[in-house]
Amino acid sequence: MLEDLTQKFERALKKVTGQGKLTESNISDTLREIRRVLLDADVNYKVAKDFMDDVKVKALGQEVLTSVSPGQLITKIIYDELTELMGGQQRELSINPSGTTVILLVGLQGCGKTTFAGKLAKSLSQKKRNVLLTAADVYRPAAIDQLKQLGNNINVPVFTIDGSKDVVKISQDSIAYAKANNLNTVIIDTAGRLHIDEDMMDEVSRIKQTVKPNETLFVVDSMTGQDAVNSAKAFHDRVDFDGIVLTKLDGDSRGGCALSIKAVVSKPIKYVSMGEKLDSIEVFHPDRLASRILGKGDIVSLVEKAQEQFDSKETEDLEKKFLANKFDFDDFLKQIKMIKKMGSLKSIIAMVPGLNKAMKNQEVDDKQLVKVESIIQSMTIAERKNPKLLNGGRRKRIAKGSGNSIQDVNRLIKQHGEMKKMMKMMNSKGGMSSLGNLRNIGLN
Amino acid sequence: MALFSNINFEKLRSGLSKTRNKFINNLNEAFTGIELVNEDTLDEVESILISSDIGSELSESILDMARIKLKEEKDLSKDNFLKLIKHELGKVLTKNADSRSNSADEMEKYKPYVILIVGVNGAGKTTTIGKLASNFKNAGKKVIIGSADTFRAAANEQLEVWAGRAGVEIISGKMGSDPSSVAFATMEAANKMNADVVFIDTAGRLHTKNDLMHELSKIERVIKKVVDHAPNEAYLVVDGNSGQNALTQAREFSKFSQITGLIVTKLDGTAKGGMIFQICNELQIPVKYIGVGEGIDDLQDFDKQKYLDALFNEVA
Repeated sequence: MLEDLTQKFERALKKVTGQGKLTESNISDTLREIRRVLLDADVNYKVAKDFMDDVKVKALGQEVLTSVSPGQLITKIIYDELTELMGGQQRELSINPSGTTVILLVGLQGCGKTTFAGKLAKSLSQKKRNVLLTAADVYRPAAIDQLKQLGNNINVPVFTIDGSKDVVKISQDSIAYAKANNLNTVIIDTAGRLHIDEDMMDEVSRIKQTVKPNETLFVVDSMTGQDAVNSAKAFHDRVDFDGIVLTKLDGDSRGGCALSIKAVVSKPIKYVSMGEKLDSIEVFHPDRLASRILGKGDIVSLVEKAQEQFDSKETEDLEKKFLANKFDFDDFLKQIKMIKKMGSLKSIIAMVPGLNKAMKNQEVDDKQLVKVESIIQSMTIAERKNPKLLNGGRRKRIAKGSGNSIQDVNRLIKQHGEMKKMMKMMNSKGGMSSLGNLRNIGLN
Repeated sequence: MALFSNINFEKLRSGLSKTRNKFINNLNEAFTGIELVNEDTLDEVESILISSDIGSELSESILDMARIKLKEEKDLSKDNFLKLIKHELGKVLTKNADSRSNSADEMEKYKPYVILIVGVNGAGKTTTIGKLASNFKNAGKKVIIGSADTFRAAANEQLEVWAGRAGVEIISGKMGSDPSSVAFATMEAANKMNADVVFIDTAGRLHTKNDLMHELSKIERVIKKVVDHAPNEAYLVVDGNSGQNALTQAREFSKFSQITGLIVTKLDGTAKGGMIFQICNELQIPVKYIGVGEGIDDLQDFDKQKYLDALFNEVA
C-alpha cells in the first residue's frame, strides 16, 4: 500500500521534473527554502551557509530510493546532519566521584544563569548530591538575594561573603566552606557580563583559574540571534567552557543559536532549561532540537516525559481498563494526577507539533483540572465506579459539594462518556500502539 | 523630545564601534577591487544584513529595492550602493516617524504620566526602569515606581536598589501577591504625592504563556480604575542580542497591550539590534531608547539618524 503510493508519487515527480533523481537545479530550490528556515531559526548566516554546502554535497551524491520522496530524503539528511553537528550524543556533567565537584556558570546578562543555578542545584540534590550555591554576582542589585531565596525554596545552602566584592575570594572560600560542611557539589553563579568587557572577562577567567572547576557551563538564551557566535567564541577563548546550557526553551524561539554556537566552539550542549519552575530542567537531546530548528515540534520529548512521570504499574492498570472499557471516574482522577505531574498543560501542548498553533487562541487553563478533580472528589465511591447512578439529584448534590455549577458537572459527565467512546474506538483500531510511532511523525 | 540633555552620541558610537567597524570592514571587503556591483556583492551585502538580525525576508526586500534603484543610476560605485542600502534601511525606520508617543507636551497634558514596562525574562526591564527613573528625576519630574514583579525572587529588592540610586519613590508588593494590586497601590500613591511620572515594572513573561499575558491586561484594567488615561505608554523591552523571536514578542505583546515604544537593551556589545527594522516595518512601533551599559545614565534616546550613522559611520 505504502509502496504503491510512493511509487505513484515518484512517477508524478518524474513527470514534473523530467527525471527521477535529484539534480543541481531542483535541489537548489529546496536547499534555498531550508536555508531560509535555518536563518529564520536564528542560525548564524555563515554557519547556515557551511551547513547547506555540506548537505548539498551529500544530497547530490545520493540516489532517490523508490520508498522515499526527494523531500523526505533531503529532510532526513538535514535532520541527521543537524543532529550530528549539535553533539551526536548527549553528555553528562563530569562529576568528581570522590572529592568536591565544582560547577561554574558563566554568560551574558539576563540569559538565565541564576534561575538555572537553582534548577541545577535542585536536580543534583535529587540525585543525592549535597549542593552549595555560591553567589558570585556582586554587581547586579539583589542578585545575591535572588539566589538566597531560590536556595531557600529548595533547601540548598547559599554561600556569600557580606560586603565583599572579591568574587575570586568568594568562590575560593565557598569551596573551603563546602569541604568543611560535608557538601560535595558547589555551583558558582557569576554575574552576567558582556564578552567585550575586558575587565569583567578577566575576572571570570581568574575565577576559573583559581577554583579549577570540574565543569564550566556557558548559559545562553535560546532567543539569541546572529551574534551568538561572537559571544560564545569570546567566552570560549577566555574560560574554555565545557558545555552549553540553552535557556528559555519554553518559549517559541526555534533555538537556532544552539547550532551556531555548537559550530563555532564545538562543545556539547548539556542542558536545556524551560520555564521558571525550578524543576523544569532537561538533559539535552540533539535530535529533538534538530526537529525544533526545522520547525517540527518536540514530540519525542513529550513521549519520554510521559513515560517518566507515569507510574508504570498505574499506567498498566489504566491500560487494562481502557481495553476492558471500564474507565471510571476514579481512573479519570488518577489520569489527571499523572498529567499534573508532567507539568503544566501548556508545556505539554508546546511540545506537540501543530497543537501549539492550533490551540493558540484557546484558553488552556490548569485550573480546569482542579475543577474536574473537585467534582470527582465530591462523588461517592459508588458513583465514581458507576456513572450511571448519577441522576439529577445526585448531580445537584455534587455541584453544591464541589462549589461548581450543575452545568460543569454535566459537562464532565458528558466528557467522560465521550472519552469512553473514544477508547472503544481506539481499541478497535489498535490506536494505542500508535504512540510508539510518534517519533516517525516528527520526520514526515 | 527634549527631556533628556544627556544624549551621549560618543558613548553610543563607541558602544557600537565594534559593531560598526566589523560592519564597515565587511562591506569594504565586499567591494575591494570590485568597482561595479554584481550579484556576488549583493549576496555579500545580504550576508551582512542578515548577520545583523535584520532577517532574511526584510534583507531581501531591502536589497531588491536598492537593486532597482541602482539600475536607475549611473553611479555604480560602492559608496553609492551603500548609500542606497542605508537610505532603504532609513525608510523602514521612518515608518514610525509620526509615533503615537510621548512628546514633552503629551507629558504635560497627563498627570500622572503612566508608563508600563513589559517584556520577556532577562530583557533588562528592571535595569531600564532604574535608568529611566533617574533620567526623569534629573529632568525635574516627580517619579514613582511600582514594582509589580511579584514573581521572580528578589525582583523587589533589585528595583528598590535602583529606586534608591535614582532617589525616587517605590511601591512594592509581597512575593507571590497579585501584581495588579501592587499596580493599584502605586497609582493611588502617585495621586497622593502628585507624581508626574509613574513606572510600573512587570515580571518577565514569555509571550507564549497565555495566562501571564492576560495578567498584563488585568494590570492595565486595574490602573485605569485609578487614573483613567493610564497607561499613557507601554514600552516593550527587547534584548539587543535577540534574533527573529523579537518580532514574535512584539507581535504577541501588542495583542495584549498597545505597545507604544520599544526599548532595546544591551547594545554596548557586538549585537547589532537589526531586529528593530522588522518590528518597525511590520508593527510600526517606534524605538524609544537604547541601553548601552549598566550604569544609571547608560540609556540613550533613540535617534534613528544617529543609529544609522553609527552603523554606517564611514559611509557618507
